[in-house]
Amino acid sequence: MHNDFVLLIWIMIKILVITLPLLFAVAYLTFIERKGIGYMQTRIGPNRVGPLGFLQPIADVIKLITKEIIVPTASNRYLFILAPIITIAPALAAWAVIPFNEGLALTQINAGVLYLFSMTSLGVYGILIAGWATNSKYALLGSLRAAAQTISYEIAMGFAFVGVLLAAGSINLQEIVLHQQGGIWHWYGLPLLPLFICYWISGIAETNRAPFDLAEGESEIVAGFHVEYSGVSFALFFLAEYMNMILISAIASLLFLGGWLSPFQNIAFLDKVFVWVPGIVWFFIKMVSFLGLFIWSRATFPRYRYDQLMRLGWKVLIPVTLFWIAVVAVAVQFKWGPWFNT
Amino acid sequence: MNLLRKIVQLIKTFTLWELFKGLSITGRYFFEKKVTIQFPEEETPRSVRFRGLHALRRYPNGEERCIACKLCEAVCPSLAITIEAEPREDGSRRTTLYEIDLFKCIYCGFCEESCPVDAIVETNIPHYHFENRGEQILTKQKLLAIGDRYEKEIAKARAEDAPYR
Repeated sequence: MHNDFVLLIWIMIKILVITLPLLFAVAYLTFIERKGIGYMQTRIGPNRVGPLGFLQPIADVIKLITKEIIVPTASNRYLFILAPIITIAPALAAWAVIPFNEGLALTQINAGVLYLFSMTSLGVYGILIAGWATNSKYALLGSLRAAAQTISYEIAMGFAFVGVLLAAGSINLQEIVLHQQGGIWHWYGLPLLPLFICYWISGIAETNRAPFDLAEGESEIVAGFHVEYSGVSFALFFLAEYMNMILISAIASLLFLGGWLSPFQNIAFLDKVFVWVPGIVWFFIKMVSFLGLFIWSRATFPRYRYDQLMRLGWKVLIPVTLFWIAVVAVAVQFKWGPWFNT
Repeated sequence: MNLLRKIVQLIKTFTLWELFKGLSITGRYFFEKKVTIQFPEEETPRSVRFRGLHALRRYPNGEERCIACKLCEAVCPSLAITIEAEPREDGSRRTTLYEIDLFKCIYCGFCEESCPVDAIVETNIPHYHFENRGEQILTKQKLLAIGDRYEKEIAKARAEDAPYR
Protein backbone atom coordinates (compact mmCIF):
# COMPACT_ATOMS: atom_id res chain seq x y z
CA MET A 1 0.00 0.00 0.00
CA HIS A 2 2.69 2.39 1.08
CA ASN A 3 4.84 1.35 -1.86
CA ASP A 4 2.02 1.94 -4.29
CA PHE A 5 1.61 5.45 -3.01
CA VAL A 6 5.28 6.22 -3.40
CA LEU A 7 5.17 4.83 -6.91
CA LEU A 8 2.20 7.03 -7.73
CA ILE A 9 4.00 10.13 -6.46
CA TRP A 10 7.12 9.14 -8.39
CA ILE A 11 5.12 8.74 -11.60
CA MET A 12 3.40 12.07 -11.02
CA ILE A 13 6.80 13.74 -10.64
CA LYS A 14 7.95 12.12 -13.87
CA ILE A 15 4.84 13.34 -15.67
CA LEU A 16 5.43 16.86 -14.40
CA VAL A 17 9.06 16.73 -15.49
CA ILE A 18 7.89 15.93 -19.01
CA THR A 19 4.81 18.17 -19.14
CA LEU A 20 6.07 21.43 -17.67
CA PRO A 21 9.04 21.83 -20.03
CA LEU A 22 6.66 20.84 -22.81
CA LEU A 23 4.26 23.67 -21.97
CA PHE A 24 7.19 26.04 -21.75
CA ALA A 25 8.42 24.79 -25.12
CA VAL A 26 4.98 25.38 -26.64
CA ALA A 27 4.93 28.95 -25.33
CA TYR A 28 8.31 29.71 -26.82
CA LEU A 29 7.58 27.79 -30.00
CA THR A 30 4.78 30.27 -30.69
CA PHE A 31 7.23 33.09 -30.07
CA ILE A 32 9.86 31.59 -32.37
CA GLU A 33 7.20 30.99 -34.99
CA ARG A 34 6.04 34.61 -34.91
CA LYS A 35 9.61 35.84 -35.03
CA GLY A 36 10.63 33.39 -37.75
CA ILE A 37 7.69 34.11 -40.00
CA GLY A 38 8.20 37.80 -39.39
CA TYR A 39 11.82 37.56 -40.47
CA MET A 40 10.87 35.65 -43.60
CA GLN A 41 8.44 38.44 -44.46
CA THR A 42 11.17 41.04 -43.75
CA ARG A 43 9.40 42.12 -40.59
CA ILE A 44 10.92 41.82 -37.14
CA GLY A 45 8.01 40.22 -35.28
CA PRO A 46 7.05 40.85 -31.66
CA ASN A 47 9.69 42.90 -29.85
CA ARG A 48 7.84 45.05 -27.33
CA VAL A 49 7.16 42.82 -24.34
CA GLY A 50 10.40 42.38 -22.45
CA PRO A 51 13.86 42.47 -24.02
CA LEU A 52 13.54 41.58 -27.73
CA GLY A 53 9.97 40.48 -27.02
CA PHE A 54 11.05 37.47 -24.97
CA LEU A 55 8.18 37.89 -22.52
CA GLN A 56 5.56 37.95 -25.28
CA PRO A 57 4.45 34.33 -24.72
CA ILE A 58 3.99 35.05 -21.01
CA ALA A 59 1.78 38.00 -21.85
CA ASP A 60 -0.18 35.81 -24.27
CA VAL A 61 -0.70 33.17 -21.62
CA ILE A 62 -1.98 35.75 -19.14
CA LYS A 63 -4.29 37.15 -21.78
CA LEU A 64 -5.70 33.72 -22.68
CA ILE A 65 -6.21 32.72 -19.06
CA THR A 66 -7.98 35.90 -18.01
CA LYS A 67 -10.30 36.08 -21.00
CA GLU A 68 -13.92 35.06 -20.75
CA ILE A 69 -15.03 31.70 -22.16
CA ILE A 70 -17.97 32.49 -24.39
CA VAL A 71 -20.42 29.63 -24.98
CA PRO A 72 -22.70 30.26 -27.96
CA THR A 73 -26.41 29.92 -27.20
CA ALA A 74 -27.05 27.50 -30.04
CA SER A 75 -24.17 25.23 -29.13
CA ASN A 76 -24.22 21.95 -27.28
CA ARG A 77 -22.53 23.36 -24.22
CA TYR A 78 -21.27 20.08 -22.69
CA LEU A 79 -19.58 18.93 -25.85
CA PHE A 80 -18.44 22.48 -26.50
CA ILE A 81 -16.49 22.48 -23.25
CA LEU A 82 -15.46 18.85 -23.60
CA ALA A 83 -13.98 19.18 -27.10
CA PRO A 84 -10.78 21.07 -26.19
CA ILE A 85 -10.17 18.64 -23.35
CA ILE A 86 -10.55 15.70 -25.74
CA THR A 87 -8.12 17.40 -28.10
CA ILE A 88 -5.41 18.04 -25.57
CA ALA A 89 -5.59 14.74 -23.70
CA PRO A 90 -4.13 12.53 -26.46
CA ALA A 91 -1.61 15.24 -27.35
CA LEU A 92 -0.31 15.02 -23.80
CA ALA A 93 -0.76 11.26 -23.39
CA ALA A 94 1.34 10.48 -26.46
CA TRP A 95 4.43 11.81 -24.68
CA ALA A 96 4.33 8.88 -22.26
CA VAL A 97 6.22 6.58 -24.62
CA ILE A 98 8.72 9.01 -26.17
CA PRO A 99 12.21 7.95 -25.11
CA PHE A 100 14.37 11.03 -24.62
CA ASN A 101 17.51 8.99 -24.12
CA GLU A 102 18.35 5.34 -23.73
CA GLY A 103 15.93 4.14 -21.03
CA LEU A 104 14.72 7.65 -20.35
CA ALA A 105 10.99 7.45 -21.00
CA LEU A 106 7.91 7.55 -18.81
CA THR A 107 7.03 4.02 -19.89
CA GLN A 108 8.65 1.43 -22.09
CA ILE A 109 5.83 -0.36 -23.85
CA ASN A 110 6.44 -2.86 -26.60
CA ALA A 111 3.71 -1.46 -28.84
CA GLY A 112 5.11 2.07 -28.59
CA VAL A 113 4.64 2.97 -32.24
CA LEU A 114 1.07 1.67 -32.27
CA TYR A 115 0.30 3.67 -29.15
CA LEU A 116 1.74 6.83 -30.71
CA PHE A 117 -0.19 6.24 -33.90
CA SER A 118 -3.47 5.82 -32.08
CA MET A 119 -2.88 8.85 -29.86
CA THR A 120 -2.04 11.19 -32.73
CA SER A 121 -5.17 9.96 -34.55
CA LEU A 122 -7.42 10.50 -31.54
CA GLY A 123 -6.75 14.23 -31.62
CA VAL A 124 -9.06 14.68 -34.58
CA TYR A 125 -12.09 13.62 -32.52
CA GLY A 126 -11.73 16.73 -30.41
CA ILE A 127 -11.74 18.83 -33.57
CA LEU A 128 -14.79 16.99 -34.93
CA ILE A 129 -16.70 17.38 -31.70
CA ALA A 130 -15.72 21.03 -31.45
CA GLY A 131 -17.00 21.75 -34.94
CA TRP A 132 -20.24 19.92 -34.36
CA ALA A 133 -20.91 21.26 -30.86
CA THR A 134 -20.33 24.87 -31.91
CA ASN A 135 -23.33 24.65 -34.24
CA SER A 136 -22.00 27.20 -36.71
CA LYS A 137 -21.42 26.69 -40.41
CA TYR A 138 -17.76 27.65 -40.49
CA ALA A 139 -16.96 25.40 -37.57
CA LEU A 140 -18.83 22.51 -39.13
CA LEU A 141 -17.06 22.98 -42.46
CA GLY A 142 -13.73 23.13 -40.68
CA SER A 143 -14.33 19.92 -38.78
CA LEU A 144 -15.59 18.13 -41.89
CA ARG A 145 -12.40 19.10 -43.65
CA ALA A 146 -10.36 17.90 -40.69
CA ALA A 147 -12.14 14.54 -40.81
CA ALA A 148 -11.62 14.03 -44.54
CA GLN A 149 -8.02 15.16 -44.25
CA THR A 150 -7.30 12.72 -41.46
CA ILE A 151 -8.75 9.82 -43.43
CA SER A 152 -6.58 10.56 -46.43
CA TYR A 153 -3.35 11.09 -44.52
CA GLU A 154 -3.53 8.54 -41.75
CA ILE A 155 -3.06 5.71 -44.24
CA ALA A 156 0.09 7.14 -45.79
CA MET A 157 1.42 7.86 -42.31
CA GLY A 158 0.63 4.33 -41.20
CA PHE A 159 2.47 2.92 -44.21
CA ALA A 160 5.47 5.09 -43.42
CA PHE A 161 5.45 3.58 -39.93
CA VAL A 162 5.16 0.10 -41.40
CA GLY A 163 8.32 0.68 -43.41
CA VAL A 164 10.23 1.54 -40.26
CA LEU A 165 8.76 -1.44 -38.43
CA LEU A 166 9.84 -3.73 -41.26
CA ALA A 167 13.34 -2.32 -41.18
CA ALA A 168 13.74 -2.46 -37.42
CA GLY A 169 11.74 -5.63 -36.82
CA SER A 170 10.28 -4.12 -33.67
CA ILE A 171 7.56 -1.71 -32.58
CA ASN A 172 9.31 -0.70 -29.40
CA LEU A 173 10.57 2.84 -29.92
CA GLN A 174 13.77 2.29 -28.00
CA GLU A 175 14.63 -0.78 -30.03
CA ILE A 176 13.86 1.05 -33.27
CA VAL A 177 16.34 3.75 -32.28
CA LEU A 178 18.96 1.25 -31.16
CA HIS A 179 18.67 -0.51 -34.52
CA GLN A 180 19.90 2.69 -36.15
CA GLN A 181 23.18 2.69 -34.25
CA GLY A 182 26.45 3.31 -36.04
CA GLY A 183 26.65 6.86 -37.35
CA ILE A 184 24.65 9.11 -39.57
CA TRP A 185 24.38 6.78 -42.58
CA HIS A 186 22.84 4.05 -40.46
CA TRP A 187 19.77 6.13 -39.71
CA TYR A 188 16.57 5.06 -41.41
CA GLY A 189 16.13 8.50 -42.95
CA LEU A 190 18.52 7.43 -45.70
CA PRO A 191 17.22 4.05 -46.92
CA LEU A 192 13.63 5.07 -46.17
CA LEU A 193 13.91 8.58 -47.60
CA PRO A 194 10.63 8.42 -49.59
CA LEU A 195 8.83 7.13 -46.51
CA PHE A 196 10.49 9.84 -44.46
CA ILE A 197 9.24 12.55 -46.80
CA CYS A 198 5.76 11.02 -46.93
CA TYR A 199 5.73 10.77 -43.15
CA TRP A 200 6.72 14.40 -42.86
CA ILE A 201 4.05 15.58 -45.30
CA SER A 202 1.36 13.56 -43.55
CA GLY A 203 2.71 14.76 -40.22
CA ILE A 204 2.13 18.35 -41.27
CA ALA A 205 -1.36 17.38 -42.41
CA GLU A 206 -1.94 15.51 -39.17
CA THR A 207 -1.21 18.60 -37.07
CA ASN A 208 -3.37 20.81 -39.33
CA ARG A 209 -0.49 23.13 -40.08
CA ALA A 210 0.08 25.19 -43.19
CA PRO A 211 -0.02 24.27 -46.07
CA PHE A 212 -2.60 21.73 -44.87
CA ASP A 213 -4.42 23.98 -42.41
CA LEU A 214 -7.74 23.57 -44.19
CA ALA A 215 -9.51 22.87 -40.92
CA GLU A 216 -8.54 26.36 -39.81
CA GLY A 217 -8.32 28.18 -43.12
CA GLU A 218 -8.40 31.74 -41.76
CA SER A 219 -9.01 33.26 -45.15
CA GLU A 220 -11.97 31.05 -46.15
CA ILE A 221 -13.68 29.74 -43.05
CA VAL A 222 -12.39 32.30 -40.51
CA ALA A 223 -10.84 29.91 -38.01
CA GLY A 224 -12.65 26.70 -38.83
CA PHE A 225 -13.50 24.48 -35.93
CA HIS A 226 -12.48 26.95 -33.24
CA VAL A 227 -14.28 30.09 -34.47
CA GLU A 228 -16.41 30.38 -31.36
CA TYR A 229 -13.79 29.40 -28.83
CA SER A 230 -12.18 31.98 -26.60
CA GLY A 231 -10.03 32.20 -23.52
CA VAL A 232 -8.76 28.98 -21.98
CA SER A 233 -10.83 26.71 -24.20
CA PHE A 234 -9.14 28.24 -27.24
CA ALA A 235 -5.79 28.04 -25.49
CA LEU A 236 -6.25 24.27 -25.12
CA PHE A 237 -6.72 23.86 -28.88
CA PHE A 238 -3.71 26.03 -29.46
CA LEU A 239 -1.66 24.08 -26.96
CA ALA A 240 -2.71 20.77 -28.49
CA GLU A 241 -1.75 21.92 -31.97
CA TYR A 242 1.72 23.01 -30.95
CA MET A 243 2.22 19.99 -28.72
CA ASN A 244 1.34 17.79 -31.69
CA MET A 245 3.89 19.68 -33.76
CA ILE A 246 6.58 18.92 -31.20
CA LEU A 247 5.37 15.34 -31.00
CA ILE A 248 5.49 14.82 -34.77
CA SER A 249 9.01 16.26 -34.77
CA ALA A 250 9.98 13.92 -31.95
CA ILE A 251 8.57 10.88 -33.76
CA ALA A 252 10.31 11.90 -36.97
CA SER A 253 13.66 12.13 -35.21
CA LEU A 254 13.08 8.84 -33.38
CA LEU A 255 12.00 6.81 -36.38
CA PHE A 256 14.13 8.30 -39.13
CA LEU A 257 17.02 10.24 -37.59
CA GLY A 258 18.12 7.89 -34.86
CA GLY A 259 16.57 9.68 -31.88
CA TRP A 260 19.20 10.37 -29.24
CA LEU A 261 22.05 8.76 -31.20
CA SER A 262 25.00 10.94 -32.11
CA PRO A 263 25.49 11.41 -35.86
CA PHE A 264 29.23 10.90 -35.41
CA GLN A 265 29.13 7.35 -34.08
CA ASN A 266 31.87 5.13 -35.48
CA ILE A 267 33.72 8.06 -37.05
CA ALA A 268 37.11 7.63 -35.45
CA PHE A 269 37.97 11.26 -34.81
CA LEU A 270 34.60 13.01 -34.38
CA ASP A 271 33.21 10.26 -32.19
CA LYS A 272 35.82 11.10 -29.54
CA VAL A 273 35.24 14.84 -29.82
CA PHE A 274 31.49 14.61 -29.31
CA VAL A 275 31.40 11.76 -26.84
CA TRP A 276 30.62 14.15 -23.96
CA VAL A 277 27.37 15.36 -25.57
CA PRO A 278 24.46 13.62 -23.83
CA GLY A 279 21.99 11.83 -26.09
CA ILE A 280 19.13 14.05 -25.05
CA VAL A 281 20.91 17.04 -26.59
CA TRP A 282 21.14 15.32 -29.97
CA PHE A 283 17.46 14.46 -29.67
CA PHE A 284 16.58 18.09 -28.96
CA ILE A 285 18.72 19.36 -31.82
CA LYS A 286 16.90 17.04 -34.21
CA MET A 287 13.49 18.02 -32.85
CA VAL A 288 14.24 21.72 -33.04
CA SER A 289 15.37 21.45 -36.64
CA PHE A 290 12.10 19.71 -37.50
CA LEU A 291 10.15 22.42 -35.71
CA GLY A 292 12.08 24.99 -37.69
CA LEU A 293 11.02 23.16 -40.84
CA PHE A 294 7.39 23.37 -39.68
CA ILE A 295 7.69 27.14 -39.33
CA TRP A 296 9.67 27.49 -42.51
CA SER A 297 7.07 25.65 -44.57
CA ARG A 298 4.29 27.68 -42.99
CA ALA A 299 6.04 30.85 -44.11
CA THR A 300 6.57 29.46 -47.61
CA PHE A 301 3.69 27.40 -48.95
CA PRO A 302 0.19 28.57 -49.81
CA ARG A 303 -2.72 26.51 -48.53
CA TYR A 304 -3.71 23.44 -50.53
CA ARG A 305 -7.09 23.39 -52.13
CA TYR A 306 -9.40 20.75 -50.73
CA ASP A 307 -9.44 18.43 -53.72
CA GLN A 308 -5.70 18.82 -54.29
CA LEU A 309 -5.15 17.68 -50.76
CA MET A 310 -7.27 14.58 -51.30
CA ARG A 311 -5.44 13.86 -54.54
CA LEU A 312 -2.06 14.18 -52.87
CA GLY A 313 -3.11 11.87 -50.07
CA TRP A 314 -4.75 9.10 -52.06
CA LYS A 315 -3.03 9.21 -55.41
CA VAL A 316 0.54 10.20 -54.55
CA LEU A 317 1.46 9.43 -50.97
CA ILE A 318 -0.23 6.05 -50.63
CA PRO A 319 1.22 4.56 -53.86
CA VAL A 320 4.67 5.93 -53.07
CA THR A 321 4.65 4.52 -49.55
CA LEU A 322 3.28 1.17 -50.73
CA PHE A 323 5.98 0.91 -53.37
CA TRP A 324 8.73 1.71 -50.94
CA ILE A 325 7.39 -0.76 -48.38
CA ALA A 326 7.77 -3.42 -51.05
CA VAL A 327 11.34 -2.25 -51.68
CA VAL A 328 12.11 -2.31 -47.96
CA ALA A 329 10.58 -5.76 -47.62
CA VAL A 330 12.86 -7.08 -50.35
CA ALA A 331 15.86 -5.29 -48.82
CA VAL A 332 15.14 -6.77 -45.41
CA GLN A 333 14.67 -10.23 -46.86
CA PHE A 334 18.06 -10.12 -48.56
CA LYS A 335 19.72 -8.15 -45.71
CA TRP A 336 20.96 -5.33 -47.89
CA GLY A 337 23.44 -2.63 -47.06
CA PRO A 338 24.51 -1.39 -43.68
CA TRP A 339 20.87 -0.94 -42.60
CA PHE A 340 19.16 -4.28 -42.78
CA ASN A 341 21.92 -6.77 -42.05
CA THR A 342 21.45 -7.01 -38.30
CA MET B 1 9.91 16.59 -76.87
CA ASN B 2 6.62 16.41 -75.10
CA LEU B 3 7.57 13.13 -73.49
CA LEU B 4 10.88 14.59 -72.33
CA ARG B 5 9.08 17.50 -70.74
CA LYS B 6 6.77 15.10 -68.96
CA ILE B 7 9.70 13.11 -67.62
CA VAL B 8 11.42 16.27 -66.40
CA GLN B 9 8.17 17.29 -64.77
CA LEU B 10 7.90 13.90 -63.07
CA ILE B 11 11.44 14.11 -61.76
CA LYS B 12 10.79 17.62 -60.50
CA THR B 13 7.65 16.46 -58.73
CA PHE B 14 9.31 13.59 -56.94
CA THR B 15 12.42 15.50 -55.94
CA LEU B 16 10.19 18.28 -54.54
CA TRP B 17 12.12 20.70 -56.73
CA GLU B 18 9.61 23.55 -56.63
CA LEU B 19 9.13 23.18 -52.90
CA PHE B 20 12.84 23.56 -52.25
CA LYS B 21 12.92 26.55 -54.56
CA GLY B 22 10.17 28.18 -52.53
CA LEU B 23 11.92 27.33 -49.28
CA SER B 24 15.14 28.85 -50.56
CA ILE B 25 13.36 32.11 -51.33
CA THR B 26 11.87 32.45 -47.85
CA GLY B 27 15.19 31.31 -46.46
CA ARG B 28 16.92 34.12 -48.30
CA TYR B 29 14.43 36.69 -47.07
CA PHE B 30 15.04 35.51 -43.52
CA PHE B 31 18.46 37.19 -43.65
CA GLU B 32 17.39 40.21 -45.66
CA LYS B 33 17.25 43.70 -44.13
CA LYS B 34 13.98 44.20 -42.26
CA VAL B 35 11.67 46.97 -43.42
CA THR B 36 9.77 47.40 -40.16
CA ILE B 37 9.45 50.94 -38.83
CA GLN B 38 9.26 51.05 -35.04
CA PHE B 39 6.33 53.40 -34.98
CA PRO B 40 6.30 55.52 -31.86
CA GLU B 41 10.09 55.95 -32.06
CA GLU B 42 10.39 56.08 -35.83
CA GLU B 43 8.05 57.44 -38.45
CA THR B 44 7.83 57.12 -42.18
CA PRO B 45 8.88 60.30 -44.01
CA ARG B 46 6.01 62.69 -44.75
CA SER B 47 5.65 64.99 -47.73
CA VAL B 48 5.33 68.72 -47.13
CA ARG B 49 2.02 68.38 -48.94
CA PHE B 50 0.70 66.01 -46.29
CA ARG B 51 -2.76 67.18 -45.22
CA GLY B 52 -3.20 66.83 -41.48
CA LEU B 53 -4.67 68.96 -38.73
CA HIS B 54 -6.04 72.34 -39.76
CA ALA B 55 -4.77 75.74 -38.66
CA LEU B 56 -5.61 79.42 -39.18
CA ARG B 57 -2.61 81.58 -39.90
CA ARG B 58 -1.81 85.18 -39.00
CA TYR B 59 0.22 87.88 -40.73
CA PRO B 60 3.61 88.63 -39.14
CA ASN B 61 2.11 91.70 -37.47
CA GLY B 62 -0.37 89.52 -35.57
CA GLU B 63 -3.42 90.31 -37.66
CA GLU B 64 -5.43 87.23 -38.57
CA ARG B 65 -5.43 86.48 -42.27
CA CYS B 66 -8.99 85.25 -42.63
CA ILE B 67 -11.28 87.83 -44.23
CA ALA B 68 -14.45 85.75 -43.95
CA CYS B 69 -14.94 85.38 -47.69
CA LYS B 70 -16.53 81.98 -46.98
CA LEU B 71 -14.94 80.37 -50.05
CA CYS B 72 -13.73 77.48 -47.94
CA GLU B 73 -17.18 77.00 -46.49
CA ALA B 74 -18.61 76.95 -49.99
CA VAL B 75 -16.03 74.57 -51.45
CA CYS B 76 -16.01 72.14 -48.55
CA PRO B 77 -17.44 68.89 -49.99
CA SER B 78 -18.41 67.46 -46.63
CA LEU B 79 -19.84 70.68 -45.15
CA ALA B 80 -17.38 70.52 -42.27
CA ILE B 81 -16.79 74.28 -42.08
CA THR B 82 -19.17 76.74 -40.46
CA ILE B 83 -18.46 80.48 -40.67
CA GLU B 84 -20.28 83.49 -39.32
CA ALA B 85 -18.96 86.98 -40.00
CA GLU B 86 -19.50 90.62 -38.96
CA PRO B 87 -17.64 93.86 -39.57
CA ARG B 88 -15.20 94.59 -36.75
CA GLU B 89 -15.08 98.00 -34.93
CA ASP B 90 -12.38 99.23 -37.35
CA GLY B 91 -14.66 98.35 -40.24
CA SER B 92 -12.75 95.36 -41.56
CA ARG B 93 -14.65 92.16 -42.23
CA ARG B 94 -13.73 89.27 -39.85
CA THR B 95 -15.20 85.98 -38.73
CA THR B 96 -16.99 85.77 -35.41
CA LEU B 97 -17.32 82.02 -35.71
CA TYR B 98 -15.02 79.66 -37.63
CA GLU B 99 -15.51 75.99 -36.86
CA ILE B 100 -14.25 72.81 -38.51
CA ASP B 101 -15.84 69.52 -37.58
CA LEU B 102 -12.98 67.01 -37.85
CA PHE B 103 -15.41 64.10 -37.94
CA LYS B 104 -16.93 65.46 -41.13
CA CYS B 105 -13.67 66.63 -42.66
CA ILE B 106 -12.22 64.33 -45.33
CA TYR B 107 -8.86 66.17 -45.48
CA CYS B 108 -9.22 66.94 -49.20
CA GLY B 109 -7.40 70.25 -48.86
CA PHE B 110 -9.93 72.21 -50.94
CA CYS B 111 -10.30 74.84 -48.19
CA GLU B 112 -6.61 75.52 -48.38
CA GLU B 113 -6.70 75.63 -52.19
CA SER B 114 -9.62 78.02 -52.25
CA CYS B 115 -8.34 80.47 -49.65
CA PRO B 116 -7.29 83.75 -51.33
CA VAL B 117 -5.20 84.88 -48.35
CA ASP B 118 -3.66 81.54 -47.27
CA ALA B 119 -5.48 81.74 -43.95
CA ILE B 120 -6.82 78.23 -43.53
CA VAL B 121 -4.12 75.60 -44.04
CA GLU B 122 -3.70 71.94 -43.37
CA THR B 123 -0.54 71.36 -41.39
CA ASN B 124 1.76 68.35 -41.44
CA ILE B 125 0.53 67.11 -38.06
CA PRO B 126 -0.79 63.57 -38.49
CA HIS B 127 -1.24 62.50 -34.87
CA TYR B 128 -4.00 63.96 -32.71
CA HIS B 129 -6.85 62.57 -30.70
CA PHE B 130 -10.01 63.59 -28.85
CA GLU B 131 -10.83 62.55 -25.33
CA ASN B 132 -14.22 64.15 -24.84
CA ARG B 133 -17.36 64.62 -26.84
CA GLY B 134 -17.29 67.89 -28.76
CA GLU B 135 -13.52 68.13 -28.86
CA GLN B 136 -13.55 67.20 -32.52
CA ILE B 137 -14.92 70.65 -33.37
CA LEU B 138 -12.01 72.99 -33.93
CA THR B 139 -13.12 76.46 -32.89
CA LYS B 140 -11.55 79.64 -34.14
CA GLN B 141 -9.45 79.98 -30.98
CA LYS B 142 -8.11 76.45 -31.34
CA LEU B 143 -7.36 76.93 -35.03
CA LEU B 144 -5.52 80.19 -34.40
CA ALA B 145 -3.63 78.59 -31.53
CA ILE B 146 -2.48 75.75 -33.76
CA GLY B 147 -1.50 78.31 -36.38
CA ASP B 148 0.50 80.34 -33.86
CA ARG B 149 2.23 77.31 -32.49
CA TYR B 150 3.29 75.78 -35.80
CA GLU B 151 3.68 78.96 -37.89
CA LYS B 152 7.36 78.25 -38.56
CA GLU B 153 6.71 74.72 -39.86
CA ILE B 154 3.68 75.85 -41.88
CA ALA B 155 5.61 78.67 -43.53
CA LYS B 156 8.53 76.35 -44.28
CA ALA B 157 6.28 73.71 -45.84
CA ARG B 158 4.52 76.35 -48.03
CA ALA B 159 7.85 77.78 -49.14
CA GLU B 160 9.17 74.36 -50.08
CA ASP B 161 6.07 73.51 -52.05
CA ALA B 162 5.71 76.94 -53.67
CA PRO B 163 7.67 76.20 -56.90
CA TYR B 164 5.32 73.33 -57.74
CA ARG B 165 2.00 75.08 -57.15
